[in-house]
Amino acid sequence: MARQPASRLSALLSDSTQHILADWLAALKAAPDTRLSATELETQCESILTRLARACSDGNSGDIEAAAFVPLREMLDDISRTRATHGFSPTETATFLLSLKAPVFARLRAVLASDPEHLSAEMQSAGDLIDALGLFMMECYQRAREEVIIRQQTEISELSTPVVKLWQGILALPLIGTLDSARTQVVMENLLDSIVRYEADIAIIDITGVPTVDTLVAQHLLKTVAAARLMGADCIISGIRPQIAQTMVHLGVELNVISKANLSDAFALALRRLGKVVVNQRRPTPAEPV
Amino acid sequence: MARSIVPIRTGEDVVRVRQEVRRFAVEAGLGLVDQTKIVTAASELARNTLDYGKGGEASMDIVQNGARRGVRIVFEDHGPGIADIELALKDGYTSGRGMGLGLGGARRLCNEFTIASTPGKGTTVTIARWK
Amino acid sequence: MDRIPILKLGEALLVTIQVDMHDRLAMALEEDLTARIVDHSAKGVLIDISALEIVDSFIGRTLANIAMIAKVLDADTVVVGMRPAVAITLVELGLSLPGVRTALNAERGMAMIKSRIDDAAMIATDEDEGGP
Repeated sequence: MARQPASRLSALLSDSTQHILADWLAALKAAPDTRLSATELETQCESILTRLARACSDGNSGDIEAAAFVPLREMLDDISRTRATHGFSPTETATFLLSLKAPVFARLRAVLASDPEHLSAEMQSAGDLIDALGLFMMECYQRAREEVIIRQQTEISELSTPVVKLWQGILALPLIGTLDSARTQVVMENLLDSIVRYEADIAIIDITGVPTVDTLVAQHLLKTVAAARLMGADCIISGIRPQIAQTMVHLGVELNVISKANLSDAFALALRRLGKVVVNQRRPTPAEPV
Repeated sequence: MARSIVPIRTGEDVVRVRQEVRRFAVEAGLGLVDQTKIVTAASELARNTLDYGKGGEASMDIVQNGARRGVRIVFEDHGPGIADIELALKDGYTSGRGMGLGLGGARRLCNEFTIASTPGKGTTVTIARWK
Repeated sequence: MDRIPILKLGEALLVTIQVDMHDRLAMALEEDLTARIVDHSAKGVLIDISALEIVDSFIGRTLANIAMIAKVLDADTVVVGMRPAVAITLVELGLSLPGVRTALNAERGMAMIKSRIDDAAMIATDEDEGGP
């Protein structure tokens, strides 16, 4: 008749907490790591052991999905996230927990020395439990990394659609990178909101940094121009590379908007349209001394 | 949020449909531009229900598809129906005065658009927009 | 029923649409504007739609109709204050506003109308002076 393995483990953990903790910390500190302070490490290990003992005390069969394990899982999730953001590798994160096996086994051997039959059963289930927890930590780590990547992607897409005020009434939107549907929406809204905010007459959309312009991208650009016109502003497209010009003609894309080779030509045109002229001063303003 | 049914009998009802769809779109968490698109599409279809369908009703719900939320509206009338749906969906088609937009344009504003019509029986148009 | 107020601003008329328009209100606006353009010999009509969250094809038609009627009565129409979300939706809807000029705000719109009034006045003066 198999004894409930968890009940034995729980008793062991509660009775020998300090012992196991000392052994565990000793093993971890054998490979010192500056990314984590000694105090932090000690606090984490102690909390894990306490929560683990409590989780097992309900006599469950070591199912880490059970409700009793929630506090422990939350703690392990937190630790994994911190490890992820501090640059630990997934292996390091899992190994941290897996290294708990050795001290637990040592303790089991000491306590069950006179009961070799049950010793191996207990070691097996304790090992399984800690393995499961180690794998859980790896999954938390992965999830945390994915969230970081998504957040960075959002930041990048926001950073790469800045709107610049070149002059009173003239905005420039230098586009960088590929334009997909979702990004173009953001770009369009951003530009139109800026036209309202800066009371712009002309918006220069510079596509020097856009690698490919296919029919879809061209359509998106044209829609943006049409919307700006409906609002009372006009657009100039600049930075069309020769290959892009060729591709567009072959695709039959007609850009019914003025396009200039580069941003400075577009800016000059915009100034002229607004009736502005650049003149030479008799004596140029000197640069101020630093 | 419970289903909402708005009868469409007068011009003021078209305004009511717009306001109600807006409420649902906000509840579903749609961004401003997506809200504007679905409300505008609903306005077009509500007007169709009134002018061509001789009146009817619009019923709307919040819908859930996995993690995505959205709003769905069904326009129903028991009017003359549309004989040639394909033609009606083309831009430039009109059976009355007007710019000849309506169905085709409204379809472009929605993520989902289905239409069923039987001449003499009526028309049902279902639209949805997702977050 | 409420009617949308029409203000006189120099030689132009200013209309600010602030409510969600239904059919009868739109028809009433068309009638009122037509009458007032003639009454005041207005040379321009400024329609402020900055409060409109939605412009559907019906409202678009109304604006285009007003522009056409005004043109026949020798007045220009400028629609101002279109919101970005509305502009994006109109483009997607495929709606263009034929005969309707647009400007970012009322100030710009008035400047547009005023410059056309001035141009017209200059031409009239030249014609007078070029007589036999």
